[in-house]
Amino acid sequence: MRISNFFYCIRQGLKNIFRNHTFSLASIGTITSCLFLFGIFFCVLVNFQGLMKNMETSVGVTVFFKDGVTEERILEIRDTVELRDEVASVTYVSEDEAWNQFKEQYFPDGDEGILTNLDEDNPLTGMANLEISLSDASQQSDLVTYLESFEEVDHVNSLDSVAASFADISRLVSYVALAIILILILVAIFLISNTVRIGIAVRREEIAIMKYIGATDIFVRGPFLVEGIVIGLVGSLIPVAIIRFLYVEVVQFVTGQFPVMNVLMNFVPVQRIFIILLPVSLVIGLGIGFIGSYITLRKHIRV
Amino acid sequence: MIALDNVYKTYSTGVSALNGISMRIKKGEFVFVVGSSGSGKTTLFKLLLKELEPTSGTIYINNKNIGRLRRRKIPKMRRGIGVVFQDFRLLKDRTVYENIAFAQRVVGKSSKQIRSSVPALLSLVGLSDKEKAYPNELSGGEQQRVALARALANNPPVLLADEPTGNLDPKNAWEIMKLLEEINLRGTTVVVVTHNKDIVEQMQKRVITLSNGVIISDEQKGGYYED
Repeated sequence: MRISNFFYCIRQGLKNIFRNHTFSLASIGTITSCLFLFGIFFCVLVNFQGLMKNMETSVGVTVFFKDGVTEERILEIRDTVELRDEVASVTYVSEDEAWNQFKEQYFPDGDEGILTNLDEDNPLTGMANLEISLSDASQQSDLVTYLESFEEVDHVNSLDSVAASFADISRLVSYVALAIILILILVAIFLISNTVRIGIAVRREEIAIMKYIGATDIFVRGPFLVEGIVIGLVGSLIPVAIIRFLYVEVVQFVTGQFPVMNVLMNFVPVQRIFIILLPVSLVIGLGIGFIGSYITLRKHIRV
Repeated sequence: MIALDNVYKTYSTGVSALNGISMRIKKGEFVFVVGSSGSGKTTLFKLLLKELEPTSGTIYINNKNIGRLRRRKIPKMRRGIGVVFQDFRLLKDRTVYENIAFAQRVVGKSSKQIRSSVPALLSLVGLSDKEKAYPNELSGGEQQRVALARALANNPPVLLADEPTGNLDPKNAWEIMKLLEEINLRGTTVVVVTHNKDIVEQMQKRVITLSNGVIISDEQKGGYYED
């Protein structure tokens, strides 16, 4: 294809958009609303997953060891466990630390001497343990089985049900989100294909003339493809811009009005969302525009 | 230049439009194809443009067997044929200039080439002063002349005209025919499908008469035969 034809197709495609501005606006509107929903969904999902991750890592496993296992051996085990993928971090809590933690937790205001005597004779002897937090709660039961296979390990404390339900919710949300996004994309493709079909019907005569004159397929289809792609592009930029503005406002509003939310969760910063949302939306918009017009053209324009 | 060998065309509805047509049209000829409606004229026209495929038989255009043409070569083949229709088929939202430029744009001519050739084409068809007009501001005769200029835009060796005078009054019809004759004198092979009896008889050109899908007469300086 010559470069002048390439520019012709772009010019003509843009002209077509303005000429059929009603249909173009309708298509842009539908893609905008689809991607707007997608964007909102994405923001919610990302924040929800952040929350889930927070909760998952706060779900921990505590490993207790048999009497007589040395500190060195426990540290060795810690180093081995730390290498596993599902493990976020491992903290070694020595007998003394365990005792101090206990005192802080139950007698935060001082113990009036009752416990001081016990410092010399730590009641938690043999209670040195490893606190393991997980990056992936669904792997917890595997990890527990693994930990129990060490002969030095006495027992492992874990909250199976909590971990399992977190993992389940997380997965469920992802599936539902994926399904909804897929449906939205299909709807958008259908709509843009409809727009292009109407465009073809409006310009049936022009297309027939082009074919009689000896225009190649690409020359006839080019402007329609450009039309679809530009509509897809505009339809994806608008919602991203709106969501970008809204996101900041909403986060500010929520954290301002409900300070408790600050404690419960950290909102994902706007840049981190848009570094993904912008390219993904553009690609989806472009894809929808291209696929929607291409399938219609294949069906309706043959030399 | 144009040759048909034993061409049959039966539509999927079972209607047989052409029943064994053979003809030769030499380079530089001016030929009328006449016949009443249903005689197969339009089918013949569409076969020549490869808009339809013959059921059997072979068609040569510009010495190429177009039955063997790959789909993607069709556009190039059509560039060798200028077409004119009864209903002009101009793009209504573009000016006269743009309509002619469009045909050249399609085949990939540069803007510079287009700027120099459009005025020449307009002066050939006598519409130099109308280049900025839109089709609906022109008379039928003028519109058909724009269509002619467009058909000639890429210097095709063959010009096909399907009832070019069908929508015109006798005066305009005659002017279009004179123009076609002039184009023919410049070396273009011209094939006019028509049922305009007066014109055919006055022009005294070769006339091929179709009836029920067969050629019933082919005369060098013919008149219009009723079937």
